[in-house]
Amino acid sequence: MASPRRESRRVTASERIGLYTMLRVERGRLEAGLPGQFFMLDVPGHVMSRPFSICLARKEELVFLINPVGPATHTLCELQRGQTIGVFGPLGNGFRTDVARPLLVGGGIGVASLPYAAQVMGNPPTVLGFRTSRQAEAAELIPKAEVCIEPKLVTELIPASAVDVLACGPEPMLHAVHALAPDAQMAWEAPMACGFGACYGCVVEVGGGSRRLCVEGPVINGRPPSSPVIYDEAAEAAGAEAEA
Amino acid sequence: MILNASGCLDALTAPKIARSLDAYVAKTVTLEPRSGNAQPRLAEADFGLLNSIGLQNPGLERFLSDVLPRLEELEMPLWISVGGADAAEYARVCERIGEHESVSAIELNLSCPNVDPAAAAAAEIVQACRAVSGKPLYAKLSPLLPDIAEVALSVIDAGASGLSLVNSLRGLVLDEWTLEPRLGRAVGGYSGAALRPVALAAVYLCYAATKGAVPIVGMGGVQSGKQALDLIAAGASAVALGSVLFADLEAPERVRAELDQEAQARGFERPLEARGAAHQTAAV
Repeated sequence: MASPRRESRRVTASERIGLYTMLRVERGRLEAGLPGQFFMLDVPGHVMSRPFSICLARKEELVFLINPVGPATHTLCELQRGQTIGVFGPLGNGFRTDVARPLLVGGGIGVASLPYAAQVMGNPPTVLGFRTSRQAEAAELIPKAEVCIEPKLVTELIPASAVDVLACGPEPMLHAVHALAPDAQMAWEAPMACGFGACYGCVVEVGGGSRRLCVEGPVINGRPPSSPVIYDEAAEAAGAEAEA
Repeated sequence: MILNASGCLDALTAPKIARSLDAYVAKTVTLEPRSGNAQPRLAEADFGLLNSIGLQNPGLERFLSDVLPRLEELEMPLWISVGGADAAEYARVCERIGEHESVSAIELNLSCPNVDPAAAAAAEIVQACRAVSGKPLYAKLSPLLPDIAEVALSVIDAGASGLSLVNSLRGLVLDEWTLEPRLGRAVGGYSGAALRPVALAAVYLCYAATKGAVPIVGMGGVQSGKQALDLIAAGASAVALGSVLFADLEAPERVRAELDQEAQARGFERPLEARGAAHQTAAV
């Protein structure tokens, strides 16, 4: 497994893609890790770093997809080429990509972790669901992805024969995916301050035990957390309103 | 001496950082397992961090069977933080943990802001623990106490060997849109830079009240060697790092090096020579 490093890295580009922002940073000596792993990004003017899954890995740069839902994510979306930020990772457990019949399933900003998975796995079948057409512009990050917009749900695009599902998206979507594909590998999200098991902020209940999503996730196989993780309905709604 | 604040570092997931400390302070252990508080447990606040972890821990038995043996493999001084609902519970945990030679000291968490307050008074808890363990006992006190120096004197009188000052404050952060509390339990522990002057005052007052007779671990928002030196000047004999460990993996070594430099720049050959320096001119 790639060993995490904390480095100060320069922003090489910041590009809007629908409602989201693609933040590109110099890779330096950072390893990209596995699809589904994440990095903590320091946010100028903020105390807490924020976790972001690796969206794309190039030889010279790492790419993160950011949904501007609050002050910290807005700050990250406004970073300019040449500014530097602290980057720490790769962290956590990623997706297993050596599966026989993969299907990538993404919902909303959960699409962030899938372009790298598609890159590593040779563009397997992918289904993506979004609330709005502007959010859905991020689908262009994955060639040939099948896309739906609410009220149609991404789970309606999952074939009954789906076996090796890799999913990332809002909590209700992941529970619905689990109901259709009980062995799905699913990437979850919770607030965390450290990313390496120190703060116990990201603990969820899984299978009767507590797990820190940062070190025992964010990808969890088969069993969804029984305690609520964090799905920021308010922020998603605010984002949709901002678009309207 | 640079330590970590209890609950701010897991030596098993970050052994390299733990080894860069002079002693590792483990997360609070209680008699029974605790699953901790509901999500969300973390929120950023002005000048700091709000947490509501709720003393999540595997309980005494699993700590002794699964965690302590792995901590012992670090081959470094171990302090164990102990919590409980009443004096008897604290004492039961202290007694068992105190049986282990690998444990250098026990920190009594008398002040977690995220659990219901201990029914017994601080001195009663210390007395019960002292009766069953000969280990150094550090009483960790809350900055919310109206007269922290008075409580410090009472716990020392009850058998505490030293003081850990301070635990977090209490804070609340509301969601920007819904105006609802960001934490699942609404109010949580508030730590970070905002805690620095609060910790400094607590250390200052307790050092004065105890006339420097007991060791004091100062903690609260320390991010630099100068801030560590401030705590030492106020009366700390050791400094613990908290939320800075989340953001700076090299904080222990950096703060230690800065502390040496800052002390020398002020004419102190070693940092601890500055202990109590703040008391030489000011009347308490």
